[in-house]
Amino acid sequence: MLDTLLLSRIQFAANISFHILFPTITIALAWFLVFFKVRYDQTQHPVWLRAYRFWVKIFALTFALGVVSGITMSFQFGTNWPGFMEKVGNIAGPLLGYEVLTAFFMEATFLGVMLFGMKRVSPRIHTLSTVIVAIGTSLSAFWILSLNSWMQTPTGFEIRDGVVFPTDWFLVIFNPSFPYRLAHMLLASGLTASFLIAGVSSYRLLRGDDKKAPHLTLKVSLTVAMLLAPLQMFVGDLHGLNTFEHQPQKVAAMEGIWETEQGADMLLFAIPNEKTRSNEYEVAIPNLASWILTHEKNGTIRGLNEFKDATPPVKPVFFGFRIMVGMGMLMIAIAVYFRISLWRHNTLASWQLKTLVAMSFSGWVATLAGWYVTEIGRQPYLVSGVLRIEDAVTQVASDNVLISLIAYLTVYVLLLIAYVRTLFYTADKSVEVEEYQKTSIEENVYA
Amino acid sequence: MLDAQMLSFIYASLMALAILLYAVLDGYDLGVGILLPTDNEEHADTMIASIGPFWDANETWLVLAVGLALIAFPVAHSMILQALYLPITVMLIGLILRGVAFDFRAKAKIKRKSMWNQLFKIGSIISAFTQGYMLGLYVMSFEQSALAIVFACLSGVGVVAAYALIGAAWLILKTEGKLQQQAIAWCQIATRMAFFGVVAVSAINPIINHSVYARWFESDILLLLLPMPIICLCMFVLLDRVLSKLKVHPDVGSWLPFLISCMIFILCFFGLLYSFYPYVVPGKLTIFEALAAPESLRFLFYGVVVVVPTILAYTAFSYRVFWGKVQPLSYY
Repeated sequence: MLDTLLLSRIQFAANISFHILFPTITIALAWFLVFFKVRYDQTQHPVWLRAYRFWVKIFALTFALGVVSGITMSFQFGTNWPGFMEKVGNIAGPLLGYEVLTAFFMEATFLGVMLFGMKRVSPRIHTLSTVIVAIGTSLSAFWILSLNSWMQTPTGFEIRDGVVFPTDWFLVIFNPSFPYRLAHMLLASGLTASFLIAGVSSYRLLRGDDKKAPHLTLKVSLTVAMLLAPLQMFVGDLHGLNTFEHQPQKVAAMEGIWETEQGADMLLFAIPNEKTRSNEYEVAIPNLASWILTHEKNGTIRGLNEFKDATPPVKPVFFGFRIMVGMGMLMIAIAVYFRISLWRHNTLASWQLKTLVAMSFSGWVATLAGWYVTEIGRQPYLVSGVLRIEDAVTQVASDNVLISLIAYLTVYVLLLIAYVRTLFYTADKSVEVEEYQKTSIEENVYA
Repeated sequence: MLDAQMLSFIYASLMALAILLYAVLDGYDLGVGILLPTDNEEHADTMIASIGPFWDANETWLVLAVGLALIAFPVAHSMILQALYLPITVMLIGLILRGVAFDFRAKAKIKRKSMWNQLFKIGSIISAFTQGYMLGLYVMSFEQSALAIVFACLSGVGVVAAYALIGAAWLILKTEGKLQQQAIAWCQIATRMAFFGVVAVSAINPIINHSVYARWFESDILLLLLPMPIICLCMFVLLDRVLSKLKVHPDVGSWLPFLISCMIFILCFFGLLYSFYPYVVPGKLTIFEALAAPESLRFLFYGVVVVVPTILAYTAFSYRVFWGKVQPLSYY
């Protein structure tokens, strides 16, 4: 019953879900570190260095988890999805190659200087190394999202003898969904890192840490979250419109629209039933879906009935979308409200700090939900209209895939527990560390 | 100008370079992991500090090597990776454990530190052994026989010994005092083990692999080939002498064991390369048959020409920054 195809899919989903948790943090955390370091260079105030030193430890740990889980990904193409490279390797290969060449080596090498070289190089070179690491993490996002977007909305290619060949690299790289997906993912990373910093800083404050650094990082992260969260809603909307244009079946699944309709309602809640091809327990706002997607009250939205042999599974896409949007709304509300509180009272109430601790990994939830929407929404294709999932899978015996799946899952669960515990343990340890100069903490800390 | 034949050659050379650099660079940091003492916290800290700034970039050469196989020779890539499915899984889990233990051991609770140290050591041994095991299966053309598995295990032990050798040589270069003396002792043992490993694999390989035998012993250029194993042999002898000298004068030429180890790695690597070229899957597929679309490889080639020298330059920069004897790791 558990065949190689299903097991390979579960394994790839597990691998990539585990992997994306860590780059989602490091892509933006690297830029936070750049900010802390540059502010330290400018002001020479030790609080910035404190903030840098605390978060560089978290960065190192997170980065290591991202690296090792990423190496696993690079082998999966060959071990489990050989048909992918045989069919579209001429496109995917160079994009992956550029990611390794322009991003991986750069971030890995300068990470060494950034983490351990502060005493060995000049401050200028050290800050530069931090900037290069940040550029490297963003560059790797650029290449991998270009490839992912090409798999969603492929352009710039032709098929000869059943194999895909590139015809225009510009169209391949800057395919229609790429700019939106890249912006959406970078902002998601910014929000994930912001809420993580806010959560861990709040945790330190709740534990009685009276140093200035957690106050400062709380303030910086909430400011960034307040700016990025509404922007993310705007970009997400644009991304949705782009999907509506290029992958209407995905939008139909997201909105739970079974039959093509005019003036479609927006479903706040429902349970899609794939057997009866209808929704149960609908809670809806009339005409809103049509208005958002077509900017007309009675605009037409094509339903799943129009994509008979190529419809994605509806439930995960439908619910994933609602979890992502719901979490996004919550993040906007919390970021704006708490940042204003902080501005008015210069501190947060205990319940607010606790809320932020609870929201530490909210970015993970929203990001994973969003990725499930877009990836499951692409099914049954691996590359839209070009390659179906079942044509790419490996010949390896299902027993072997089952063994590797169990091994990976065990390791991932244990590592995830160890990661979260170590994160808060590092925060605990920093609470006990002495303030740099107990006497002069009042001066110009927020400069 | 860049026709398919030329591109095959260029990408095969690049892949060979990436594999060789991986074996040497990740070889020494996996070697340090293999040697990690579980009863001496201070030595363990210093040893891990010596590889701290480098291990991550070192491992990236593996990603590049696999990536190049994927990009330039996709059919060969999927044949090899499917044939090695389970060993690859085990190797990856070893690499995961090793990579994360490096960070967790410094950040987790003190009482858990020794557990992470052990995972670091175990992960390193697993990764090294499976790499050797896969090399053995590759040499045996992925044959499914008891003989092939025995040979692969032998090759696995050989690679563990070889990584321990270069790891110990790295420690001789980077450490002082007691730990350096310890590293010299480790290096002496590893030299002997690696020597027997190399001799055994080199002797058995042509005996059970007829095409390899023909390559070497029915060749017109046997006389030109002969220096390769002879120099390799001399290197082992030289290394043994150097180590004896270092025991007494640890400050004179502490870089020599690492250099000689690199030479041994390079010679063994070229020996293997010569045994199989131009096959990328032994006996089945040559680099010319397996090549991907030339237009894709040309597109990547422009990047390679610019980027690979840049990578080598900043790698050199990073080694210069952390030049000299190792100091305790600290995030500032």
